[in-house]
Amino acid sequence: MKRKFVLEGLGCANCAAKMERAINALDGVKEASVNFITAKLVIEGEEEKMPEIVKQAEKIIKSIESQVVMKKA
Amino acid sequence: MKKQLWRIIIGAVIFIAAVISGSAGFIGESLRISMLMISYVIVGGDVIKEAAVNIIRGRVFDENFLMGLATIGAIFIGEYPEAVAVMLFYQIGELFQNYAVDKSRKSIAGLMDIRPDYANVKRGDELVKVDPDEVRIGDIIVIKTGEKVPLDGRVIEGRSMVDTSALTGESVPREVGAGDAVLSGCINISGVITAEVTREYEESTVSKILDLVENASSKKSRSEKFITRFAAYYTPVVVIIAALLAVVPPLVIEGAVFSDWLYRALSFLVVSCPCALVLSIPLSFFGGIGGASRRGVLVKGSNYLEALARTEIIVFDKTGTLTKGVFNVQEVHPYGLSEEELLEIAAYAESYSNHPISMSLRRAYGKDIDNGRISSMEEIPGHGVSAIVDGKKVLAGNIKLMEKMSIPCHKRELAGTIVHVAVDGKYSGYIIIADEIKPDSAKTIKELKAANIKQTVMLTGDSMNVGLQVANELAMDKVYAELLPGDKVDKLEEILSWKSPKGKLAFVGDGINDAPVLARADIGIAMGGLGSDAAIEAADIVIMTDEPSKIVTAIRIAKKTLNIAYQNIVFAIGRKVAVLVLSALGLSSMWAAIFADVGVAVLAILNSFRALNVSRL
Repeated sequence: MKRKFVLEGLGCANCAAKMERAINALDGVKEASVNFITAKLVIEGEEEKMPEIVKQAEKIIKSIESQVVMKKA
Repeated sequence: MKKQLWRIIIGAVIFIAAVISGSAGFIGESLRISMLMISYVIVGGDVIKEAAVNIIRGRVFDENFLMGLATIGAIFIGEYPEAVAVMLFYQIGELFQNYAVDKSRKSIAGLMDIRPDYANVKRGDELVKVDPDEVRIGDIIVIKTGEKVPLDGRVIEGRSMVDTSALTGESVPREVGAGDAVLSGCINISGVITAEVTREYEESTVSKILDLVENASSKKSRSEKFITRFAAYYTPVVVIIAALLAVVPPLVIEGAVFSDWLYRALSFLVVSCPCALVLSIPLSFFGGIGGASRRGVLVKGSNYLEALARTEIIVFDKTGTLTKGVFNVQEVHPYGLSEEELLEIAAYAESYSNHPISMSLRRAYGKDIDNGRISSMEEIPGHGVSAIVDGKKVLAGNIKLMEKMSIPCHKRELAGTIVHVAVDGKYSGYIIIADEIKPDSAKTIKELKAANIKQTVMLTGDSMNVGLQVANELAMDKVYAELLPGDKVDKLEEILSWKSPKGKLAFVGDGINDAPVLARADIGIAMGGLGSDAAIEAADIVIMTDEPSKIVTAIRIAKKTLNIAYQNIVFAIGRKVAVLVLSALGLSSMWAAIFADVGVAVLAILNSFRALNVSRL
């Protein structure tokens, strides 16, 4: 299943790339991509693991750029 | 951003004053250093703060930390002006990047300015302005002059011209009247129209297109992937080399001064952020995708844009792609019955089919079909139909059908699609139906050749005669005719083996019944996507209009975008390596390093902006 989020306040391109790498490494993620320009995060992953994936993704994002707010798109 | 700009200006003024008056001897050394330190804090304070916060969180290799380390190191070895200059340029670079991102976000939002803000819904006698999200199927909406059509619908009253250019790049407005479909995102430019909503906002054309373009970059190109991978290794590698550079040579080389090598190492840290690179490459691709959508070409991912630039072979479906797909009966040749009778039988036999050929027969017949006269009907794929009309067994189809049923028939070679008809096993004549080639098809093939496309191939289910005629007229390289739907995939597999290892193959179809072929090709391009969900769904690239010439536009955009991306990669990496080598040898200063780094970042970003400008491609 696919989930889309808006990352409000996303500030640097390299940070977006770091987030993308870290989220891709999470268990159950098939493909995750962060688009720096549209500030969007798309996660494709296993349905039953999704709630945990989203929780972890938010943690990763906060740790890389604390000011970013992750919202459902 | 304004606050940041002021900080840079004030910091810069103090910095310049300190440097000039210091070197002219107007002020003493301690005052000079204090002024420089004040400037440093004003300009770089937030970088240091951010770095400290990140260290507490356990993240060491972030750019704030590295910049902080480089400048504090410079202060430590007494290079005060360097420390301030590095911070100053770094901040200018950051400011410019923010500005660039902001501007490109805005210009892309501008490109995508098709999102309707409201819908005028009729509630009783009143018109109510509501969010398009809240409108339901069957609601009646009124679209006034100058307004955007908020949801897909069907006109029930009024007549007007609508501008579809935001969706198709086509500047000629379309006329719509009662019964016609109107698509969201179009602008009503003349009268007032009342329409019944046929799709909810989520499902409407405008949402689909926005969604597609905004999420396009989730499929990343190889260059983008390369850059993010590069960035992941670049920073740690540079930092490790910097550490070694500071420590090893003073221990190994006789007479080496620690502060000298530390200075070189600090120069490394100054260029350790890969930001410009990581930003400029996706920015180029996003610009290309945004620009293409402005021209009515939707690209579903930057990987497809990249593939398009490498296309060697383009395979076209004939009907509806190179030809208009509007068939008309040209000639009727009856054997032992009247022309009207032959047409009537053929129209009845084909009355259940939605194939363009069948529709043209019904159109030529011109009268309503009485379903009671047909008792059975069976479609024979790739051949035609077999039906019981007025109790008689009617066969209508191509020559293969006649041969299959062993009915002797007229075999002269004719251009056009020929429908042979047999009644109760007896040949009754044939009908010639012809399609028209689109006005820009020939130009498209010619320009594709000029754009280095090695082969243009046509696949068609039509007869060899028709196929050859069209292919010759358009000067195409190869044509495969009389293909059943399943044959097309096999043929495509065969053609796929012709290309070079790095080359790509694109298939262009109408997206309606060629989904398997679209999926099998490296790049599936669907034409006439406006209003066709099937096409938008199945293809990688959707051409909103019916013009094949947009393929040429798309290829040009793809090549330009890729060129820009490569320029940025080579330029930015090349320059980083040059600075690193010169710094290691002690030939470059921290000044030069930061100046080059920020300068290249600015140039790369400006360069990637060019990808947006595709209006003349």
